Amino acid sequence: MLRSAIPLIIFILLAILLYKGLSLDPREIPSPLLGKPAPEFSLPQLQKPDAQLNKQMLLGKVTLVNAWASWCVSCRSEHHLLMSLAKDGVQIYGINYKDAKEDALSYLSQLGNPYVINGHDISGRVGIDWGVVATPESFLVDKKGVIRYKQFGPITAEAWTKSIAPLIAQLNKEPG
Amino acid sequence: MRLLLLLCLLQVGLAQAIIESPDIAPDEFATNAQKERFKTLIQDLRCTVCQNQNLADSHASLAKDLRREILEMMQQGKTDAQITQHLVDRYGEFVLYKPRFERATYILWVGPFAALLLAVVGFVVLIRRRAAQPTHLSDADKQALTEELRRPPVSTSSPKK
Repeated sequence: MLRSAIPLIIFILLAILLYKGLSLDPREIPSPLLGKPAPEFSLPQLQKPDAQLNKQMLLGKVTLVNAWASWCVSCRSEHHLLMSLAKDGVQIYGINYKDAKEDALSYLSQLGNPYVINGHDISGRVGIDWGVVATPESFLVDKKGVIRYKQFGPITAEAWTKSIAPLIAQLNKEPG
Repeated sequence: MRLLLLLCLLQVGLAQAIIESPDIAPDEFATNAQKERFKTLIQDLRCTVCQNQNLADSHASLAKDLRREILEMMQQGKTDAQITQHLVDRYGEFVLYKPRFERATYILWVGPFAALLLAVVGFVVLIRRRAAQPTHLSDADKQALTEELRRPPVSTSSPKK
């Protein structure tokens, strides 16, 4: 009886394993930056090229750093959510990734600007330092400048309510 | 035959073209050894956008940027280990086509050998068990067999007219 059940047991175990494997998203590579200080960077601001955006400007508050580009279709789909987050007081800093300046500026004037400041990363160097694979990607950075959460792809309503919003509330309570 | 040869040559040409990576001019390498080193490096690193391609084969824009970054690090005199670590720090171990041997990956490394060992052990046990079974028929079995053989065959088809 037990002997004849062995193939069935093996089948069930395999089925569970494969089902789990299928439900994983291969794009969600665990970021080695989680829990680590955000990389040092300095970028010219998109709107004011003479001024800089650097890591020091992120310190002392909880910030959402969003890598985006005007050529990125899923950034557009995320944009309305970013707009409403900005309205609710979330400090969003942009890394405008490998984008032509005119395109980026007209994107913002058409769709609205949810960013406190945008850094213009034309070469994509800063993107590499942040481990950006494909825009949009968002990082939640705490008051001390440590990356606490990474969102691959657009921020979904679910990710916002379940993960990001509670984490922001928690991080806001932490000493700066 | 000639066609086959031509195809082979074409294949070699194609592979060469890809490895040469068009975005980096050959004269950017100081020595041939450096060029070879670059080739080996980019073949063992994964393009994180396309995932199933290495940096050498990928035409993704990020792969291009990473190739350039690797070249610059080489020119700064960094070692292969330093360059690899630089990428691992940003993108995780996922960039390595040959994962390191550590706690998270030991099943990956040991698993196939463990499975092979298990199969060999199972096979040996099975063969031994079969070998231990008696190969001679008992008298009772012999009797039953002869009786069975003597019996006229039972026809399953309809009887002939």
